[in-house]
Amino acid sequence: MAQNVSIEKIQKSANSIRKQILKITLERNGCYLAQACSSAEIAAALYMDIMNLGPSVGSWEPIPFPGVPGPDNMDYQRGSAYNGAPAPDKDRFFVSCCHYASVIYCALAAVGRISPDCMDKFNVDGWNMEMIGAEHSPGFENTAGSLGQTISIAAGTAHARKMKGETGKVFCMLGDGELQEGQLWECMQTAGYYKLDNFIIVVDANEQQVEGAVEDQMSIQPITQRFTSFGAVCVSCNGHDIEALIEAANTEHKDKPLVIIAETRGTTGIPPLEKRWPYLHFVGIGPDETEEFQKVYDSL
Amino acid sequence: MKIEINTHEKNMLRFADEHPEALVLSADLGSSCEIKKFRSTYPERYLTMGIAEQNMCSWAAGLAREGYRPFLHTFAVFLYRRILDQLEMSVAYPNLPVVFVGFVPGITTPGGVTHQAINDVATLRAVPNMAIFDIGDATEIEGVLDLAYEYNGPVYIRMLRKEVPRLFPASEPMQFNRARVLSRGTDVVILSSSICTEEAMRATAVLTEKGLSIQHLHVSTLKPFTDPTIVEAIRNSKYGAVTIENHLVTGGLGSAVADVMAENGIGKRLIKIGLTSYPHGASKMYLMNKYGIGAMNLVDAVESLTGNSLGIHDSDLEEVRFVDFLEV
Repeated sequence: MAQNVSIEKIQKSANSIRKQILKITLERNGCYLAQACSSAEIAAALYMDIMNLGPSVGSWEPIPFPGVPGPDNMDYQRGSAYNGAPAPDKDRFFVSCCHYASVIYCALAAVGRISPDCMDKFNVDGWNMEMIGAEHSPGFENTAGSLGQTISIAAGTAHARKMKGETGKVFCMLGDGELQEGQLWECMQTAGYYKLDNFIIVVDANEQQVEGAVEDQMSIQPITQRFTSFGAVCVSCNGHDIEALIEAANTEHKDKPLVIIAETRGTTGIPPLEKRWPYLHFVGIGPDETEEFQKVYDSL
Repeated sequence: MKIEINTHEKNMLRFADEHPEALVLSADLGSSCEIKKFRSTYPERYLTMGIAEQNMCSWAAGLAREGYRPFLHTFAVFLYRRILDQLEMSVAYPNLPVVFVGFVPGITTPGGVTHQAINDVATLRAVPNMAIFDIGDATEIEGVLDLAYEYNGPVYIRMLRKEVPRLFPASEPMQFNRARVLSRGTDVVILSSSICTEEAMRATAVLTEKGLSIQHLHVSTLKPFTDPTIVEAIRNSKYGAVTIENHLVTGGLGSAVADVMAENGIGKRLIKIGLTSYPHGASKMYLMNKYGIGAMNLVDAVESLTGNSLGIHDSDLEEVRFVDFLEV
């Protein structure tokens, strides 16, 4: 769904996501910086070109935690409000890699869906801008912290929308470490079986997970063949190339879900991270490194 | 006593006719869960999910988010023990109206420990937002889907299948969070659930004959557990309470009763009858005998509470057995 935003503008938003999260990392003594580095272009391209979302209906400023859902609390502000009101022709966005919450918040800010100052409330006790996204977190449809579940919830949503004859698509963003989860493959066999051609999965394939490089923990290769064997159309592209991402999202996938493997690096744009790769799940910056990272920040 | 056959099958069809948004999801055990006719009647509303319960549960959450009412059908063990995280994070936390229709609860299957849901109530009582219904007879099967539909959140049902007795009048459907009074009295309160209610009815008949005054309550809502009539009955009892359940004595009906007794400061004895460990695979009647979940065990418990030997023997207990559960 082309929104007629220039590639330059999308790249600018991606840069701003990276910069904002580096700022938080410097100020708060750590953040999920590598995830921002790997996925900044993916998030910006999704919000600014690929997805067809209505305007945000979420509160402009962050809000206090609206409470746990329950029989007496079902009208709280959903995180999905920031992706627009649900409508039959609009797309939906599920974020499974919930450690990317800061990336999503910054992406929402970069595209004008939430206040540019929203990160002041990031990971602040009592607010809805938690470090790991849940139902109420801006940009989130659901509580994604237990990996492998969100893809099934997103697929169930896509299935429901298909049965109702809605034309909007359902997008789901994943990390590549998550491809080790068995449930994900249960979901893929089912998405293929039910011919969910309204379902698009974007994998941030940054080849890193908590304990190190994905390949050294539990290989997920050959990724493309795995997805195609399970009944999806699967394409790979450079996940830092916005044009390539958009092109990949336009791949024909008649009667099948589409999987985009966005090949990325968790150090992109912030070279000092390179010497730590692949141990980049959570990046703290010690006093002796502050100057080096500050220099990068100033140059962004 | 009348034995009803395949009551859930008929009721699910009736319910689906009234609620077009109801869907059935199956993990390859639909034909063992009385849902075969639903499949042939509503093929487009019967979603086969394969032998993949984790995905089925989270997928149902997605369907529920879009306004459908998914009814997951498989054996109870696969709806809580195997998929607890999916049940909690995909369904219970967001309080979605997904109904888990769990078949062959407790020892109603000879399938052995992999098939026997013996701590499902214990596990799910600790899950916020969830309601738990434990079915006791055919009348309750006919009423439970409507209660589940009206409940604002996820529901777990311990469902009975095939030959099920009708213990309660068809004109008196089950009520949410309200025990069914089967006998009134003030000496001892017997609280029973699931297949144990029939046992408790037999025991109560004999105990009453011996001059005891028994309040027999059948409990089908195990969560929430805030029925004031239960508290009142135990408070009014002379000797205390006995619970009997098709479940471990840890965390189920007996524990729920213990909680409310303590919270209400009722300083009376409670004897919990139920399983104390994993059972093995055998017929229901054999397992009830082997693990001491029957009418005679209730009599023993009442004797212990009252301190009187009543001289009741097995032969005194009315033979109102029904067809055994033989199929896996």
